[in-house]
Amino acid sequence: MTSAITATGLRKSFGNKPVLDGIDLEVAAGTTFSLLGPNGAGKTTTVQIMATLVHADGGEVRVAGHDVARNPAAVRAAIGVTGQFSAVDDLLTGEENLLLMADLHHLGRAAARRRAAGLLDKFDLADAAKKTTATYSGGMRRRLDLAMTLVGDPRIIFLDEPTTGLDPRSRRMMWQTVRELVADGVTIFLTTQQLDEADALADRIAVLDHGRVVAAGSPEELKRSIPGAHVRLHLADITALDSAARALGGSFPHESTLTLEIPCDGGAMAVRELLNRLGDTAAYVDEVSVHTPDLDDVFFALTGHPTAETTLELENAR
Amino acid sequence: MTTLTFAMRDSATMTRRSFRHLLRYPATLVTSVGVPVLLLLLFVGVFGALKAGLGVGAHISYINYVVPGIIVMTAAYGSSGTALAVNRDSTEGIIGRFRTMAISPASVLTGHVVSALVRTLIGVALVIGVAIGLGFRPTADAGQWLGAAGVTALLVLALTWLAVAVGLAAKVAEGTTGFLLLVQLLPFISSAFVPPAQMSGSVRWFAAHQPFTPIIDTLRGLLTGTPDAGTTLAAVAWCVGLALAGYLWARVLFRRDLNR
Repeated sequence: MTSAITATGLRKSFGNKPVLDGIDLEVAAGTTFSLLGPNGAGKTTTVQIMATLVHADGGEVRVAGHDVARNPAAVRAAIGVTGQFSAVDDLLTGEENLLLMADLHHLGRAAARRRAAGLLDKFDLADAAKKTTATYSGGMRRRLDLAMTLVGDPRIIFLDEPTTGLDPRSRRMMWQTVRELVADGVTIFLTTQQLDEADALADRIAVLDHGRVVAAGSPEELKRSIPGAHVRLHLADITALDSAARALGGSFPHESTLTLEIPCDGGAMAVRELLNRLGDTAAYVDEVSVHTPDLDDVFFALTGHPTAETTLELENAR
Repeated sequence: MTTLTFAMRDSATMTRRSFRHLLRYPATLVTSVGVPVLLLLLFVGVFGALKAGLGVGAHISYINYVVPGIIVMTAAYGSSGTALAVNRDSTEGIIGRFRTMAISPASVLTGHVVSALVRTLIGVALVIGVAIGLGFRPTADAGQWLGAAGVTALLVLALTWLAVAVGLAAKVAEGTTGFLLLVQLLPFISSAFVPPAQMSGSVRWFAAHQPFTPIIDTLRGLLTGTPDAGTTLAAVAWCVGLALAGYLWARVLFRRDLNR
């Protein structure tokens, strides 16, 4: 496995307020890595350091094999950045924005035109190509922003909260694009506060809270690592349910639905062991399903406080 | 291609971008020529009649006296467009995008400076054309015209680099207004419209020692065929010093961390 991005002991303070407090990350080439955390956790600062926009106070960051502090030019040649601090030129049309990027990547005139036309089509902007971007909707601007990032064919792309505030259609388009890019071997470093987004896209997730990584792993590992996961068995009849409940101590039978819930991490070995313990009753199991908590639960369990969105929902409910 | 040719190519791309902005929104050019022309009309029309009382001297017509000041004001108004353009780039985040790209870092600012230089010099030429229509009669020979053009270009360069730095330093567009007000008002307290000798007390001292006065006097000397070596040297020194200060300040601001 080759690493596209590594960070060791990354630290950054603004004034005497620590924003990143010793972060270690490793992102394998050709995968999607998601940095998940609430507002103010340090996600944007991490991206800014990796994208050569901000100097770290301590630690080492290597992107595409180059040290960001010592060789920023080589890092820039490998990356593309789209995010809260990236932007489009409002006084130019969508097409001119793309051609500007093409010129800065030193593509020839014909290649630049081809690239711009292709990206305008891909991002559903061909009809608005000749309009200045000041007239674009939020979703269109964000799509153009990503299209501009793709002009140079970067091998590593940073997406800083790319779907915040997007309508569902643009959001799905963004997700689709991320999947296509990864299929082409591009490495994606995605920050988000939307838990379903990290769940849907990322191969690995690191949860960032107050400048520290509080958990890291695949979405499934994270979901399994906290209490609340269970296996649910659907049984053929009430007799089978009773005998299964007797065989598996600590389980919760639901007679009305003929289901039995057993606390379990949901891993393959654990499920096999559980079915072995059932003995002959296993023949009466119609369906086995593993239920893992969603990332909202994970976040709460890991940080001891809910995400901003959940807090808001709770407050609204009151 | 070498690093230098890439740098040139990126700078050309950025300059083209600035010109495209200008052509799309020519209002910048219109106001930066229109306001000095209005001031010219105002001063020639209103104060020309009072010339005898202004202490300008009998050897020179008031319009000939006042045009160099108007040229300096054109340069000052031109720099306000630059400060706003740089500030827009910096606050809307496109500078952040440029800084993550493998381009010559200098090209981002060079593009603004080159286009501002060309835009403002075109503005100055238009203002001089209008002035000639109104009765401005320069007596400069070819060499003196060249000298006047050189001093004007140097002044525009100085104001532009200062404007770039101010545009980068300001967190919002309103933050540039202090600088704009300063460069637009300073010519009024200089030798632009009235010789400083006619002013009183501390105002006279200020008018005699501020940078715009030697620059205006130099332009006036060159255009009316009476250049003075000492004044010219002072003007060039001010311009080079201010340009260098603006350039170094802008460079520090451009290289610092984003979002600070």
